[in-house]
Amino acid sequence: MKNESNHLRRILVITLVLSIAADLLYWFLVGPHVPPGTMTTSAHDDQIDFNILMVIALPVLIGVWVFMGYTIANWSSKRANVAEPKGGPAARSNMKAQVLWITITTVVVLFLAGFGIVELIIGNGSGGGEGPNPVWEPAGAAQAETAALTSAASWAPGKVLVVQVIAQQWKFTYRYPQFGGFETQQLILPNNTTIAFNVTSLDVIHSFWAYQLEVKADANPQENNVAFTTTKQLGNFTVRCSELCGIWHGAMFDYGKVETPTNFSSWAATTESANAANTADLPAFAWTYVPDANGAAGGFYPDGTVTPYSSVEVYGAKQAAS
Amino acid sequence: MTISAERPTKSVASSTSPPSPHQGVSWTQRPGWLSQHMGTAIIAAVLGYAFGHWLGNYVTSGYPYIANSGQNSSANALALIFAVVGWLLGIGALNYPLAKLVGKEADHETSVEGWSKYFRYTLDHKVVGLQYVVGVLLFLFTGGLLAMAIRTELLSPTTHVFGPGTYIEIVSEHGTIMMMMATSIILGPLGNYFVPLMIGSRRMAFPRIEAFSFWIFIAGYGVIFSALPYGGFPTGWTGYAPLQTQAGPGMISYLLGFAVIGLGMMAAGFNIAATIINFRAPGMTWSRVPIFVWAILSTAALLTLATPTLFAAGLFGVLDKTVQTAFYVTEHGGSSYLWENLFWFFGHPEVYIMALPGFGIVAEILPVFTRKPLFAYKVAAAGMIGVALLSFFVWQHHLFQSGINPDMRPLFMLTTELISIPTGFIFLVGMGTLYKAKIRFEVPMLFAMAVFFNFLIGGVTGVFLSDVPVNVTVHGGFFVLSHFHYTIMGGLLFAFMAGLYYWLPKMTGRMMNKKLGQWHFWTMFVFFNLTFFPMFIIGLLGQPRRVFTYAKNLQMLNDFSSISAFLLGFSFLIFFANLMWSMYIKPVKAPANPWDSLGLEWQTANPVPVYNFERIPVIMTDPYHYSEVGAPALADLGVGGSGDRVSSSGKSDK
Repeated sequence: MKNESNHLRRILVITLVLSIAADLLYWFLVGPHVPPGTMTTSAHDDQIDFNILMVIALPVLIGVWVFMGYTIANWSSKRANVAEPKGGPAARSNMKAQVLWITITTVVVLFLAGFGIVELIIGNGSGGGEGPNPVWEPAGAAQAETAALTSAASWAPGKVLVVQVIAQQWKFTYRYPQFGGFETQQLILPNNTTIAFNVTSLDVIHSFWAYQLEVKADANPQENNVAFTTTKQLGNFTVRCSELCGIWHGAMFDYGKVETPTNFSSWAATTESANAANTADLPAFAWTYVPDANGAAGGFYPDGTVTPYSSVEVYGAKQAAS
Repeated sequence: MTISAERPTKSVASSTSPPSPHQGVSWTQRPGWLSQHMGTAIIAAVLGYAFGHWLGNYVTSGYPYIANSGQNSSANALALIFAVVGWLLGIGALNYPLAKLVGKEADHETSVEGWSKYFRYTLDHKVVGLQYVVGVLLFLFTGGLLAMAIRTELLSPTTHVFGPGTYIEIVSEHGTIMMMMATSIILGPLGNYFVPLMIGSRRMAFPRIEAFSFWIFIAGYGVIFSALPYGGFPTGWTGYAPLQTQAGPGMISYLLGFAVIGLGMMAAGFNIAATIINFRAPGMTWSRVPIFVWAILSTAALLTLATPTLFAAGLFGVLDKTVQTAFYVTEHGGSSYLWENLFWFFGHPEVYIMALPGFGIVAEILPVFTRKPLFAYKVAAAGMIGVALLSFFVWQHHLFQSGINPDMRPLFMLTTELISIPTGFIFLVGMGTLYKAKIRFEVPMLFAMAVFFNFLIGGVTGVFLSDVPVNVTVHGGFFVLSHFHYTIMGGLLFAFMAGLYYWLPKMTGRMMNKKLGQWHFWTMFVFFNLTFFPMFIIGLLGQPRRVFTYAKNLQMLNDFSSISAFLLGFSFLIFFANLMWSMYIKPVKAPANPWDSLGLEWQTANPVPVYNFERIPVIMTDPYHYSEVGAPALADLGVGGSGDRVSSSGKSDK
């Protein structure tokens, strides 16, 4: 039989070689293609995060698998001349191994947590929903958000674009407060622009998942959930609902487009004037809206003041801005 | 220590058939068809249902839940509550407390011999354990059939087998039934059966509560399936409000189902915890307690402490839907966030309720098949306690994108990643035990090894999910789905199978067929991985959970996963065939200790007598002295009163 250090050394060497090979192959061949791609800053950053986690995870997986494989190959009772195992205190615990294991896992875990926190903060929430008062936000976002509630809000290339996502069973609609607050089912965004998505719901909980943009924020009734990203490439993207919202949850998806700022501006201006009559009928732009009797949980004590099937009073009074 | 080791044999013999303190026999004690059993329970449940439904309609007529819908959730809720009460009355679970309540001396429960005892309210933990085996398999197979239906629908993004309403009913039932099953799949059957045997106790601390926990578990099965005639519920197992508030009366079955199962979970947890703390044999110190018992103790603690939140949350939901309170109704002052918080405050400890027992089984089995002592026993026990404690501090990682407490995300990212340290101990323990061993690849060992393989993937992907930036990519998609199937099915269910193959010979006196067992293992292992591994990729490519349709380019992966899933389903048929073959068709008598284990549970007589140990054993050491020259004897079993000892070879060395 080989002595103890030989076994461990062999396992370690095989693990190291395989890990380095796997990490390199992953980083250069697979990593650049990992979803969600590089269409926005958050997509790009989160892709790197995913790849870094993978580069750390692969050696862990390989290490355990190599150990298991080595064990099965060498110490199966079916093999001839397998030594009888030795019991006793030495086989029951090994302070060195235990301390080493706990130290390594602790260091890795603390590194991962620290890394994740840093990425979350410098990524301004990494495209995830940050609630009504985002703690980490890009420059200019607060001013744009504040201005959005006034009728004087406007947008020009380089400024933060405020988009409201209104989720409802079973579609998303989008309001552009910097363009008179028109509402549309088309999500068109300008390139090289920081977008502040303000996500809310009229009925149940949905989740706004703009896949290629790497934006995901739950849509809660009467809550505003803000997520940021900055567009970096022209192209189409998919929007899906990623929180179960009833029977047509699976069919709740649409497609959006990132356009050049010039094209976007002209699209927005055209849509604004084409929709002017409809926009006048909408409730004033607000972060949240109260559903009427048709909405989820509606129908409690219908008292006759709400028209049950009104096409106009789709959603109600303006709420105080948060 | 509560029972003297010196208890004379004579009194034991008399206590196996306790004399009735009463003259005459009341009807609850009469053997045969006229006494209480599952039949009377069913009759009483049906009567209770009818009565509750009538009462609900009578009291709340004119207050339909949804305007002009003709639906009345109050009638539905009262029907189910009275059905469960009827069920418990019918089975006899309430005889004792009711008699005590009115100041009478309660009848003793019927002690019936023969097969009919499995259909009764019985106080023997071994009978309850076997009842639980059948109970959890019932849950498992029903949930499994629903999974087959889900994968059938997902064969094509455009051609649909089910309507979207039916599909979401199936998804919701599958998730809920499987989660309910998973809370009890190891603690119920194997925990109840083996914990007293492993700690050297003659009984559970609260046998009536133990029997209650099983029968209410079965009532929960009925309650959750009562959703189907009411049109099911559309919320998945997470039951988020306001979808919950919006849903039809089938939602009541979900809310009450969890409340009912929750009662069983609390009862089972607190009974087992009390048993482990108080009923250990003399000498069974905390450092000699088998590792499986540590796992069950930490699970029991979680069940007892986390489940009340679920119970309360479910009742709030029922109140919202019946008497129109507004716990979760935003426009009336409630909050949809409240449900999310309450649900996951229970739901995350729940995740470890579904992991720890599996670790326990694996760690218990490894030494037997490696012929080595359990490596780093104390680290393993500490890890389990650590996981149990930390599991209360991570629940908001399910809500990273929800907008709840966004500035707390770094903290929850940290706690979630910290929990992987004690979880990782199980790998240290496993690898240390396997090192330089002599491994016998019997069927239980195959399943135990598979747990390491599967749980490693499940655990590592959990770290991806806990990283908030990466969570934006993977939250709410098939990646999550695959992750938790790897931990729950790949971890817990494989461990349960390991435990069943390992302990069924003790429980039934019959060996499971090895050849069929190997077929079962290899088909289950291979097709489990082929089913769920592609789902990581499907999730990364953007498929959200619980959808009946998906992007066309994902069809090949989905089909691959579906076909593997059908073959995975087939592997369970092999298991079922093996169970039938080995238990009923061609039973082979099991040796007293087929795996040469040192565990105390194998030292009892076969079949295990009602009172387990003729004399309470005195424990000398822990049960892991494998391959140790001059190992101390495990226990003084006191057989024949002359102090026979069981040596480390597992045989009496007298």
